[in-house]
Amino acid sequence: MHLDNASASGASGRVTQNPWRRHQVSIAISLTVNGKAVQATVDPRTLLVQLIREQLQLTGTHVGCDTAQCGACTVHMNGRAVKSCSMLAAQAQGASITTIEGLSQDGTLHPMQAAFRECHGLQCGYCTPGMVMSAVQLLADNPKASETEIREGLEGNICRCTGYHNIVKAVQFCQSGKQPTAA
Amino acid sequence: MTDMSNSPIGKPLLRREDARFLTGAGQYTDDVVLHNQSYGVFLRSPYAHARIKSIKLDAAKAAPGVLNIFTGADMAGVGGLPCGWLIHNKDGTPMKEPAHPVLAKDKVRHVGDQVALVVAETWLQAKDAAELIEVDYEELKPVMDITSVEAAGSAVHDDVPNNVCYDWGHGDKAAVDAAFAKAAHVTKLSFINNRLIPNAMEPRAANAHYTKHDGQYTLYVANQNPHVERLLMCAFVLGLPESKVRVIAPDVGGGFGSKIFLYPEDVALVWASKQVGRPIKWTAERSESFLTDAHGRDHASTAELALDAQGNFLALKVSTVANMGAYLSTFASAVPTILYATLLAGQYKTPAIYAEVKAVFTNTAPVDAYRGAGRPEATYLVERIVETAARDMKMDPAQIRRQNFITQFPYATPVGLTYDTGDYAAHLDKAIALADVAGYPARKAASAAKGRKRGIGYSCYIEACGIAPSNIAGALGARAGLFEAGEVRVHPTGTVTVFTGSHSHGQGHETTFAQVVAAKLGMPVENVEIVHGDTGRIPFGMGTYGSRSLAVGGTAIIKAVDKVIAKGKKIAAHLLEAADTDIEFENGEFKVKGTDKKLPFGAVSLTAYVPHNFPLDKLEPGLNENAFYDPTNFTYPSGSYVCEVEVDPETGRTTVEKFTAVDDFGNIVNPMIVAGQVHGGIAQGLGQAMLEGCSYDPESGQLLTGSFMDYAMPRADDLPSFQIDHTNTPCTHNPLGVKGCGEAGAIGSPPAFINALTDALGVRDIAMPATAERVWRAANGIA
Repeated sequence: MHLDNASASGASGRVTQNPWRRHQVSIAISLTVNGKAVQATVDPRTLLVQLIREQLQLTGTHVGCDTAQCGACTVHMNGRAVKSCSMLAAQAQGASITTIEGLSQDGTLHPMQAAFRECHGLQCGYCTPGMVMSAVQLLADNPKASETEIREGLEGNICRCTGYHNIVKAVQFCQSGKQPTAA
Repeated sequence: MTDMSNSPIGKPLLRREDARFLTGAGQYTDDVVLHNQSYGVFLRSPYAHARIKSIKLDAAKAAPGVLNIFTGADMAGVGGLPCGWLIHNKDGTPMKEPAHPVLAKDKVRHVGDQVALVVAETWLQAKDAAELIEVDYEELKPVMDITSVEAAGSAVHDDVPNNVCYDWGHGDKAAVDAAFAKAAHVTKLSFINNRLIPNAMEPRAANAHYTKHDGQYTLYVANQNPHVERLLMCAFVLGLPESKVRVIAPDVGGGFGSKIFLYPEDVALVWASKQVGRPIKWTAERSESFLTDAHGRDHASTAELALDAQGNFLALKVSTVANMGAYLSTFASAVPTILYATLLAGQYKTPAIYAEVKAVFTNTAPVDAYRGAGRPEATYLVERIVETAARDMKMDPAQIRRQNFITQFPYATPVGLTYDTGDYAAHLDKAIALADVAGYPARKAASAAKGRKRGIGYSCYIEACGIAPSNIAGALGARAGLFEAGEVRVHPTGTVTVFTGSHSHGQGHETTFAQVVAAKLGMPVENVEIVHGDTGRIPFGMGTYGSRSLAVGGTAIIKAVDKVIAKGKKIAAHLLEAADTDIEFENGEFKVKGTDKKLPFGAVSLTAYVPHNFPLDKLEPGLNENAFYDPTNFTYPSGSYVCEVEVDPETGRTTVEKFTAVDDFGNIVNPMIVAGQVHGGIAQGLGQAMLEGCSYDPESGQLLTGSFMDYAMPRADDLPSFQIDHTNTPCTHNPLGVKGCGEAGAIGSPPAFINALTDALGVRDIAMPATAERVWRAANGIA
């Protein structure tokens, strides 16, 4: 069998050129990121996570998959947790974004960050920013979440290191309002 | 010695690395952007097996932003990737080692095999250009079924027509046959150890940079052992002196074995960075990780256990076919042999064991070490057949284990290892108590009242960690040493920087190793800095895998600390006008025995660097020591796990109701970190048993589980909280008495789960992963 333009991700036999590459279109967007006004010009295909990581160099937000499954890229947009890999940067026009870098205030860890540290809710740290952003949303929605509800609420974030045991403990520690050990 | 009451050893210190990870300040490979950065994209094979007839690059090379495109033809002078372990066939001939090209030359051998490297100004431009490459493939029949490779009618490698890498045997076959001849009972089972995809959350990534002014290459790479990466790449593939190559593994987002290996992408980028004259960064998309990260497990085995009438094990006979995939990855050949058959004694005094292992090539991604690496496969086999034998003989599964436990140490197994210490009954007793096995009948009745089926299963695992004594490994075919290196640099004011050849990609070495050094030197943990992951800063290293970091890497550091203390005593003796032999070091102070004359550590370190009053005729200034440590034996962590499951027969949904793990890791430095390792290991083991299974289409060789939408990773709502505890028989041959804890959970948990599930369902076996469909079929007697 003969196959033109083959790539592992591409469909076989496809010959059309990508229109964006020919036209070199770019889009100007403005938004607020971690409280600061941001203007950027992006290729229309640029994902929100690519804008955050590559143009704004806020590399705390991670990419762990390409199917919106792992949640490593979770940020808050207008106060809601979103997977920044599954939306275009252009869709964040005018939005207010908070990333993991903007979660702590004045050098003090957010209570959820402190709880993750206290309970050893992280190991390699790669899923952690997204996990923390999702956990903050989870308790904002359901402050008294049970263990079952916590587990269901974090179902959209994959961690390969912790077995989730200590992540659940961290969310429960945060619920308890207990003081974490000083950093 | 140090006053242990104030010692940080054994304390659950919070991790110092967490501050950066929690605030987004971690620096993973993809976070590194170099000046004049360019980006690489690999064009990959869409076929499992095909001949490359032609590659047309003209349109792609003319595309915007493209700097260059390379194919296998451009790399004519570059060697293939090496395999680090030579296995011999039963007849003494060496295994087959077909070429493992950096970029495909005349054939592609698995979906995702790399065909070309496109380098462009931006990642999108490189992606766009890759789509313009025209490759003319002649499709060939893929070899997919590991149990019939010789009759596949196709050869993955033209120079290995039967697709067999090796046919290896281990143990005393005659003794096993004799034992089977007189056995009162034989239990036989056949099973598949399902193929897994490691899926560390950080995809593989590399950023290679050649600087013309000094002829140096720098490679940032998500890797577990940067020195080994450099050694293999320089000595075997690129022919570069190590002095010209620096490998940096910065923060690495999980490895689980998959980032041990030298991968073709790393080599291609290093080589191409000189051709292009720009740094080139490549980060795998998750789809690429699924296609090209080394996969794990993938064994088909038959096991037979011979017993006498009282349930005493007489002999074990094992026949295994192991999938190597399309190419031999770095440690692939050792996993189903040295790391597998040597563990088949388990915790038991089975007097005779024989295993034969046939390793085969298929048109799938390479298979190599994944968390546990051989030991989960051995443990699954042993613990499944022991539990099944107990059921066959109507014996209590705990009792049959107990009566066969090894109780005298050291113990030489019939498969080549010598266990130094252990107390298997101790952790089994503790696990039975913690799991409330006494209350199980009431819980089973409660489940039955709801129409649910409840089951309980055990697993008593052993593993060989602290890899490895180099002379033993060498005799078994290893082509590398397996020692570890450490350097302890005492600064003038008394703070310390430790350079370790171990690498942390989630294990928390920056905390644990600092606890060890601080305890030895009697100083605050804050005064100790741990550096890892950079061949430019660290003397040498063999890296982190096989649960070896603390047992081997930690011991190398301790040996260097001992040298620091020994030299410090000489300096103190001079300053205190005493004999060297009269100085003792305690709680961070050098003292003259039997007097109140003493000096703090910082006074000695300052003198070492300001040697005005110093025995310069006898002693060099400075206080900077390094050490290499080669272990004298493996370490042998062991444990007992109890799993309790409940099945809804109407839906096939299985829930893990209780999971209890009692491990003997020897001494523990940071119990919080150790617990985290156990939790994560159990989750991966339960993932294998319940959810995860790599699947290729048997006809086309396409990967069917190529994303997180198709490959079921354990998620928070798939798992329970775990009950864990420990027993302790300290390792007898390293100064910390530690054994290693990184892989235990993944090794011990799959058989515990399947033993519980088969108990619940009343069936002899069920295949992993025990998906809801499989469980529903078994629960309802539907084939």
